[in-house]
Amino acid sequence: MTAPRTRRAAFAISGSLLLAAGLVACGGGSGSKTGSGNPTSNCADYSKYGSLKGKKVTIYTGIVTPEDKPHKDSYKPFEDCTGATINYEGDKSFEAQVLVRAQAGNPPDLAIVPQPGLVKQLVATGKAKPAPPETVANVDKFWSKDWKAYGTVNGTFYAAPLGASLKSLVWYSPKEFKDKGYTVPTTLDELKTLSDKIAATGKKPWCAGIASGDATGWPVTDWMEDFMLRLSGPDEYDKWVNHKIAFNSPEPTAALDAVGQYLKNPKYVNGGLGNVKSIASTTFQDGGLPILEGNCSLHRQASFYAANFPKGTNVAEDGDVFAFYLPGKDTTSKPALGGGEFILAFSSRPEVKAFQTYLSSDTWANNKAAASPAGGWVSANTGLDANKLSSPIDKLAQSVLADPKAVFRFDGSDQMPAAVGSDSFWKQATNWITGQSTKDTVDKIEASWPK
Amino acid sequence: MSTSHKITQAGLAILLFLAVVGAILFVASRFSGRKADRTTAAVFLLPTVLLLSIGLLYPAGRTLYLSFFNSSGSSFTGFDNYTKIFTDHDDRIVVRNTVLWVVITPFVATGIGLLYAILVDKARWESAAKALIFLPMSISFVGAGVIWKFIYEYRPDQPGIKQIGLLNQIIVWLGGSPQQWLLNSPWNNLFLIAVMVWIQAGFAMTVLSAAIKAIPEDIVEAARLDGVKAWGMFRYVTVPSIRPSLIVVLTTIGIATLKVFDIVRTMTGGQFSTSVIANEFYTQTFRAANQGLGAALAVILFVLVIPIVGYNIRQLRASEGR
Repeated sequence: MTAPRTRRAAFAISGSLLLAAGLVACGGGSGSKTGSGNPTSNCADYSKYGSLKGKKVTIYTGIVTPEDKPHKDSYKPFEDCTGATINYEGDKSFEAQVLVRAQAGNPPDLAIVPQPGLVKQLVATGKAKPAPPETVANVDKFWSKDWKAYGTVNGTFYAAPLGASLKSLVWYSPKEFKDKGYTVPTTLDELKTLSDKIAATGKKPWCAGIASGDATGWPVTDWMEDFMLRLSGPDEYDKWVNHKIAFNSPEPTAALDAVGQYLKNPKYVNGGLGNVKSIASTTFQDGGLPILEGNCSLHRQASFYAANFPKGTNVAEDGDVFAFYLPGKDTTSKPALGGGEFILAFSSRPEVKAFQTYLSSDTWANNKAAASPAGGWVSANTGLDANKLSSPIDKLAQSVLADPKAVFRFDGSDQMPAAVGSDSFWKQATNWITGQSTKDTVDKIEASWPK
Repeated sequence: MSTSHKITQAGLAILLFLAVVGAILFVASRFSGRKADRTTAAVFLLPTVLLLSIGLLYPAGRTLYLSFFNSSGSSFTGFDNYTKIFTDHDDRIVVRNTVLWVVITPFVATGIGLLYAILVDKARWESAAKALIFLPMSISFVGAGVIWKFIYEYRPDQPGIKQIGLLNQIIVWLGGSPQQWLLNSPWNNLFLIAVMVWIQAGFAMTVLSAAIKAIPEDIVEAARLDGVKAWGMFRYVTVPSIRPSLIVVLTTIGIATLKVFDIVRTMTGGQFSTSVIANEFYTQTFRAANQGLGAALAVILFVLVIPIVGYNIRQLRASEGR
């Protein structure tokens, strides 16, 4: 009877090995000291923070491997010059956990919060600390007042902005534009004219995809936000997001109708992917790929979409594919829709304040750019030197975000209550693509708004 | 938390578990005498009852309680959540879909399983043929959802574009035009149900095949001597003999179908009017932050399962009692 026993023993051993491997895998991502990096540093820039030898600062975030490495690397000069240690803790369930930890009285020193709604919720727990004067000075110097407003709760400034992303972009093929003599549009009317011009050649100019598992529909919300911002202006946009005007009032309805002139126009969509309805079944990742095959000319999607093109695609102004800024109603207005992170403190120890101030400085922004050789990171920090950014699309996003004329607005659906922003808005937008009328769509979303 | 820390914790948890089991065994062994059996049984039952109350009874009660409150659980709203489920247009579609699933899946899956079991019974390649239909059982619902999503995948009918979905490619070969199977309600529900049938038919076939083999040979022979033909054999001998197994299979698949969540979530995310109660419950509770409505949906699901479970238990008892 040795054979079965041996097998059982082997099974037990392999089982415990698996268990151990699991534990190691779980332990790997958290709480390690920051990795090595080499952004050039001159310690004179850090003398104002004083000596923080032996002091520790914990930072808690949803940014995990591999995106965490540039972050850790960008902290390195600060650690080297001040002697402080930054403990970086990345957690995929950050957004839920950070609230739990704040409420339980066990918050980190600093948290990287990915949306202003959560900043508000965290401040409401009473555990967050207002930003120190040095941080405020940096924010006043380097950021526009739109950005500062998103870090302000009830008149008190708490959270300095960190990174940013730009959503108001349209992807296109520079080669096709050159060959056909198309020019990048600078107003919404020109965008329409260009679309008609391409459609007249028999080609469907636009392609889109909104499927995204159980979040299907979100790309339509970005479209609608962009058009709301352009057609009605930032003030009406804020009213709409904060439900000061009803979702089915004339302005949002007009914005969705304007989107419909593109996404529900059978002459315009869905290049290389099918009819209007195919937008609903195409994943957002696949939505812009027909540009590469020449089956589609235009695709509206955020800057992160650069990573979606197959390896070897040259994403540049003279390459295979690039993006242009989704123009405003006229050339004088420059609304920019996007997202970003904010840094919120739960402690006012001197070393925390110092690190918080470092993160809001131009020094950090440039270190972060240098620590991100693969690109994929920008900031609206006007002290950021665009030449330090490695990828052309990051440079484009930066130039739009840092433009003094730009009016920045945060993704609206992220700020709406969850019942709308992550449920009915997506669901009804999807139904709208598959045939529901604009009126029914805005009426149903309005009805779902929590009372 | 460091790795060594985690291993220590895991070790402690295992030790704690062993200590508790040891303590129970020790206490149980202390009793002797006439009433020892009952006392020992009670000691053994105690942990189960305790864990059931913590893990099942308390959450069930709490869910029922929450279902009478608003989205954040802060104010009492009576039966509003239930009224909404049965009056709101979109929620009624959810209930309709659940009914569709529960009515169609068990009967179709059992029917296919039974037919297959009879067809391959005593055939030359029986075990291979059975393995073939049983294989999908070993695939998780999510895996099956992903596989079938590819089968239904749609690409437009235009030059230079190739179909990547099996079903649409077959249709194109036959000269038809590709369809968006998962978009058009209510038919898309049937294409989702097909996935569940694909998985469950194997289960039905296995159980029913075993039941058929257990039919006493003398009954079959007697019927044959009486001149019963194939259909009569099926109608008057096979089905009545395997009735208890048939009912167990039907109810088991019925319960699994009521709880279906993975397939819908993977394939459509509940979009295009394909959501079912279990999926909507999850969406409302965890994504839309609407606890009250989510809890009400969970309660309805619970109420729907009760009669099937009850019937299942009664049938099990009846078949054991014989």
